[in-house]
Amino acid sequence: MNMIEAINDALHVMMGHDPDVVVFGEDVGYFGGVFRATAGLQAKFGKMRVFDTPINECGIIGAAVGMAAYGLRPVPEIQFADYIYPGLDQLISEAARLRYRSAGEFTAPITVRSPFGGGIFGGQTHSQSPEALFTHVSGLKTVIPSTPHDAKGLLIAAIEDNDPVIFFEPKRIYNGPFDGYYDHPSKTWKNYPGGQVPEGYYSIPLGKARTVREGSAMTVLVYGTMVHVAEAVLAEKGVDAEILDLRTLWPLDIEAVEKSVQKTGKCLVIHEATRTSGFGAELVSLVQERCFYHLEVPIERVTGFDTPYPHSLEWAYFPGPVRIGDAVDRLMKE
Amino acid sequence: MVDQTGRIGMPRGNLPPLELHVPEPRFRPGDPVDYSWLDIPGAGELPRFDEACEARETMPATLGMVRVLDGKHRAVGPWDPRLDPETLRRILRTMALTRAFDDRMYRGQRQGKTSFYMKCTGEEAVSVAHAYALAGDDMVFPSYRQQGILIARDYPLVEMVNQIYSNRADRLKGRQLPIMYSARDYGFFTISGNLATQFPQAVGWAMASAIKGDTRIATSFVGEGSSAEGDFHAAMTFAAVYNAPVILNVVNNQWAISSFSGFAGAERSTFAARAVGYGIAGLRVDGNDALAVYAATQWAANRARANKGPTLIEHFTYRAEGHSTSDDPSAYRSAHEREEWPLGDPVMRLARHLIALGEWDDERHAAMDREVAEEVKAAAKAAEKNGVLGHGFHHPFHTMFEDVFEDLPWNLREQAEQAIREREAKWPDARSPGTGEEGEGA
Ligand SMILES: Cc1ncc(C[n+]2csc(CCOP(=O)(O)OP(=O)(O)O)c2C)c(N)n1
Repeated sequence: MNMIEAINDALHVMMGHDPDVVVFGEDVGYFGGVFRATAGLQAKFGKMRVFDTPINECGIIGAAVGMAAYGLRPVPEIQFADYIYPGLDQLISEAARLRYRSAGEFTAPITVRSPFGGGIFGGQTHSQSPEALFTHVSGLKTVIPSTPHDAKGLLIAAIEDNDPVIFFEPKRIYNGPFDGYYDHPSKTWKNYPGGQVPEGYYSIPLGKARTVREGSAMTVLVYGTMVHVAEAVLAEKGVDAEILDLRTLWPLDIEAVEKSVQKTGKCLVIHEATRTSGFGAELVSLVQERCFYHLEVPIERVTGFDTPYPHSLEWAYFPGPVRIGDAVDRLMKE
Repeated sequence: MVDQTGRIGMPRGNLPPLELHVPEPRFRPGDPVDYSWLDIPGAGELPRFDEACEARETMPATLGMVRVLDGKHRAVGPWDPRLDPETLRRILRTMALTRAFDDRMYRGQRQGKTSFYMKCTGEEAVSVAHAYALAGDDMVFPSYRQQGILIARDYPLVEMVNQIYSNRADRLKGRQLPIMYSARDYGFFTISGNLATQFPQAVGWAMASAIKGDTRIATSFVGEGSSAEGDFHAAMTFAAVYNAPVILNVVNNQWAISSFSGFAGAERSTFAARAVGYGIAGLRVDGNDALAVYAATQWAANRARANKGPTLIEHFTYRAEGHSTSDDPSAYRSAHEREEWPLGDPVMRLARHLIALGEWDDERHAAMDREVAEEVKAAAKAAEKNGVLGHGFHHPFHTMFEDVFEDLPWNLREQAEQAIREREAKWPDARSPGTGEEGEGA
């Protein structure tokens, strides 16, 4: 099962499980979503629970807040993460704060699903990774799966969660088998344990990282598409790195981060989003604050550039083997 | 056509420079006021449309006005809701109580008991008569000038004051700006400081009610100034597309802080008329006429409940007082505007109507005013026992960290501990009696 099928499966499971789950967004109904994540849902659960919306992200998220106040569990789709901005006020000022401002009278158990990230020649408006924006907002949870197995289990947990969750789906690896490499197909999904997706209901708790690979030479903090890139590069370089797939950016599994960095003494942070004020900056700060005396060398950070996502030069933007490799070399030199 | 350079397009020739129109209100401080330009239709003139009519048939009502009380204080025309005198007296009393509450809380702010207050003087009919025309469990997504709805629904005044004073009994744990109530059990959504966000939320709630096959409807309020926000248009689009059982109210009180309604587009059209372009029923109503507000709300509620869809109601009224305690309206508008407002005072209009019916008199009115003032005074006194803003009796420090998420994550746990440590350093005696910090645990 690839990631998009796993997400579709999770939605089928949850809609069957809980009659209060409703799915809506641009093109999600009859057509089943431009990435097919919602395929078959409307036919099975009807137009009252799965429907298309106007092209109006403020309305989509605003209506979701009202539905949540009624008692539903809305799972709206924002077609591309790049288009979440018109709905940001409803997300940041409303959904994220409803519990706080009403002292628990109203809550917003909304799961906003949205494909994010580059690597599909989407140009600057179909490739962004805006996750840092959301981790900065108190009251939101930010979840990013990297395997079909996790995508299903985390999405189920997100829908069950009583807080608003931003569920970013790395669209580059939606349609596996993932090539496992940055620019040339080499490995397939079946090489990843995450490629197996159990049937039926299961959930993976939010706020818990996954150890992709144990190791002692360095700790790699990574999420989404970059998990696979990091894994491939480090394997190729023969470095015995410990790779942590964060899975939930916030609340962050700080324990897993601390434990690993304290064990390895070295830390590499990788993400695809632009560098300045990216989530990597937060990770570097936390590691510095909490593991300083265990660190043998300065923390390394590998990211996308501080430019909008370019179309033709996408593969120059993407943090690939050269950029990651250089950072690994610097860390290993000491 | 093709010009000499070979490019396509019409030649522009000698044209005057383009200009922008920047709206300017008719009167500024000191100006005499003349409202003769205002086209206010007579009471009873507008026909009452079938509640099941096509949205576009309401076009005349978006340009005309639902009015029931005439110049002789009689209820006239097809929109007369024919309420019994007892109901009329209750509406009158609720409006008077709302006004008394505003006056007391305004003074409370001036006495330093809270940071901020907003009155709805002159707009009492909009919220109170609206509430009376709904079912008690219909859901309201209010803005900040609809305190009359909570009062109409018998929400305890003392709870309102606790919230305004942000004291230790405030249900909202002292987090919200005064007057930003939340009362789920009274069908009153938590008020946001971000204008207009409640509009699409109300539509979402109404959609959910329909999805669940419920019979409750939602209603929401924005000021005419806030109707310029994108959220307004998102709400209208969603309401129209899904035929949501919702009433969307624009309170046109002529002013948004110091910007007159022209900055929200009032010079070009009425706010009610916006409904038509969306395929939504629209009504413009005399917002100072409690019977008209009641009738319009009832019409829209019946329509929504019959699955005939949403209604946009423009309540044409006047903000008699300042925008808030932080505002001085004499700096930007003529004082005569209020004095000469042609639609009068909603409380007095209803009182005179009752008097004309022989169901009320000046003595009873005076007695009622004393009674509501006493009621408010008692509530304010009771609330003061729980503290006023900045005088110690607030919620314990750790509550600041609660309700961000359902469970406290590690970062908030750490920061809560830090706040407690800071408090101990700043106020070493904080645990001594009388400071409001008694018995606070870490
Ligand atoms: C999104 C947003 N922008 C600006 C403000 C600041 N603000 C608060 S009230 C107000 C005026 C609103 O006027 P109107 O909608 O006409 O309502 P009224 O106060 O007249 O009842 C403004 C600009 C705000 N609270 N939220």
